[in-house]
Amino acid sequence: MNPSSRSSRNAWIVTFPSFVWLIIFFLIPTVIMFLIAFKPSDPYGGVGVGWTLANFRVVRMANFFSILWRTVWMSGVTTAICLFLALPTGYYMARVSPRWRQVLLFLLIVPFWTSFLVRIFAWKSLLHPEGVIKKILIWLHLIDPQSSLLYTSGAVLMVMVYSYLPFAILPIYASAEKFDFQLHEAARDLGASSLYTFFKIFIPNIRRGIWTAVLMVLIPCLGAYVIPDLVGGPNSQMLGNKIAQRTFVDRNLPEASWLSAFLTILVLAPMIATFILQARSKEKYSVLKEGP
Amino acid sequence: MYISFKILEEGKISVEDFVRFENVTKTFGKIRAVDNVTLSIKKGEFFSILGPSGCGKTTLLRILAGFERPDKGRVFLDGEDITEKPPNRRKVNMVFQNYALFPHLTVWENIAFGLKVVHRPKREIESEVKKMLRLIQMEDCKDKKPHQISGGQKQRVAVARALINKPQVLLLDEPLAALDLKLRQRMLMELDLIHDEVGITFIYVTHDQGEAMSVSDRIAVMNEARIEQVGTPAEIYEAPKSSFVAAFIGDTNFFEGKMIKLLDNEYSLLDIEGLASGIICYNDKPLAPGHPVYLSIRPEKFRISRHEPESDPLINKLQGIVEDVIYLGSHTKYWVRVNEYRIEVNRPHNKFLLDHRPVLWNDPVWVSWHADDGFMLDRFNVVDESLMTLPPEEIGRIGPFNPKASFRKTSKESKEK
Repeated sequence: MNPSSRSSRNAWIVTFPSFVWLIIFFLIPTVIMFLIAFKPSDPYGGVGVGWTLANFRVVRMANFFSILWRTVWMSGVTTAICLFLALPTGYYMARVSPRWRQVLLFLLIVPFWTSFLVRIFAWKSLLHPEGVIKKILIWLHLIDPQSSLLYTSGAVLMVMVYSYLPFAILPIYASAEKFDFQLHEAARDLGASSLYTFFKIFIPNIRRGIWTAVLMVLIPCLGAYVIPDLVGGPNSQMLGNKIAQRTFVDRNLPEASWLSAFLTILVLAPMIATFILQARSKEKYSVLKEGP
Repeated sequence: MYISFKILEEGKISVEDFVRFENVTKTFGKIRAVDNVTLSIKKGEFFSILGPSGCGKTTLLRILAGFERPDKGRVFLDGEDITEKPPNRRKVNMVFQNYALFPHLTVWENIAFGLKVVHRPKREIESEVKKMLRLIQMEDCKDKKPHQISGGQKQRVAVARALINKPQVLLLDEPLAALDLKLRQRMLMELDLIHDEVGITFIYVTHDQGEAMSVSDRIAVMNEARIEQVGTPAEIYEAPKSSFVAAFIGDTNFFEGKMIKLLDNEYSLLDIEGLASGIICYNDKPLAPGHPVYLSIRPEKFRISRHEPESDPLINKLQGIVEDVIYLGSHTKYWVRVNEYRIEVNRPHNKFLLDHRPVLWNDPVWVSWHADDGFMLDRFNVVDESLMTLPPEEIGRIGPFNPKASFRKTSKESKEK
């Protein structure tokens, strides 16, 4: 047996368990979900016999398009804010001494030791009408005492940024850490200002990290359910909430499946686009990984 | 101040002081990287800063580029104090050790970067980049990315990118260190040609004495954050002012001894304990008898033969035994045991040798040299105050650099036993 076929066989053996896992628990359920989307519902909350395209009607529900639009723009705005905050943070983390870097990374990971749900409930009490934040804002005359902080799109946006910011910082930091800061000196030496250097040299060279950050934030945001459910109001519902409603309240699995399938495609579309872009930039910037 | 005085005197800056470091000191934490350096570089010169790694030569260059701010002292460029100027406002450009080409830009865009930053008209950029591509003979590669070109080509692009801004001084930080030997020699010659062509001042930092010697107009030898000597390559090789310079530039044999007497204005008799007494050496320093000195003799200054050389009052001759022979192609290296010293001798390979039979191991031989070929260093010279406490054997051990191996071996290895 030649060594290349042996190594490929070994690679196959090593990846086999995770491969099987993914097929059984991810691919098959996804296919089932897509199938149920074309089944009629039965009155007892189950799946009926035969095939139908009727579930498509769900788009005609009163607020489908406004919810879809809200899902897209809230996710987009969250991603943009996360990037805006993560870029300088990642840059700074890559430039501080290794000792400090350890501390900052640790601080970034610390919130994950507390359950996601508990942290959102913490936000609930923070934003509560009797909560600290509202009292301070009223005391500063920044908001009207009658207005509400909780159960608004603003609250959802804020908690989503809070939740997904670490997922934006980590990949950007990982790229920035590999970035050769001598390129900065070279650009400065050639007459570029610090700002010009940041945008024309730093950003293009950590592009892979930025794309990864976009994926890591945008996709979970599109499928967000818990956050709008807990801190959002009736006017800040997202697609995830509608799916839950169809499943648990209306007990209409096929319509829930149809919405889920729709969301899956909505998520896959930017992912595939990113992969194509990344594959292209990989060609271009492979030097970053290999080094000269 | 020095500079303003010169301006008043001559109306313009002296060519001698085109770049000037004045009492520049820079420390990193507890480490003193540059210690009170004063240095003048002439306009248009190919100037090298040579020293072992960690001696502060790169820091000195980075201070001139503006990446480091000196703790003390001033830096002048063409008469202007640039100590506080940020790097992007200095008319100096740098070629980095690993080139630091922008990986996301093509060769063309890399070279054009300096002009694009200052928003020069497109036409001008086009023609300037074209000129540079022609200078470095890389017109064919203009659309390639840095990772698609070879090390030598990267180096040329780095030079072109730095030159396009028409700097007053081009700084080169060990630009050939990443290349293999053959390419290094070729690129060195190319750099020299480019220097002749553009005519601006080059400041070249290297730890390779061969590179520095072959292209520089003048060399500053640095050690332990200080400048030991500034001079032309020949001055530095033939008349080193300190034992460090003598040892760092080329190989040498050190002998520790003292003065017996001055013969006349030009020659002295020395007593080298463990070697011989009554050694005659060229000397222009009026030192008292008994004054401690070093005698340094380069390996190629010796002659080696199996027959006793003819007597001459200016020729020193000693008898010894060959302990080691290394054939090196262009020459052979011998280590000859003479009393307590192992002397390193290089003999070039000429067709017509005096002895037709080659000198071999354990051969009894005569080693001889002319009085003018050895040079004497005052062991209590004020110039070498940093070395006063350091016997030359120690110099190699203080820095991280590996001194000429022969240097340690040839000195008084047996005496230490």
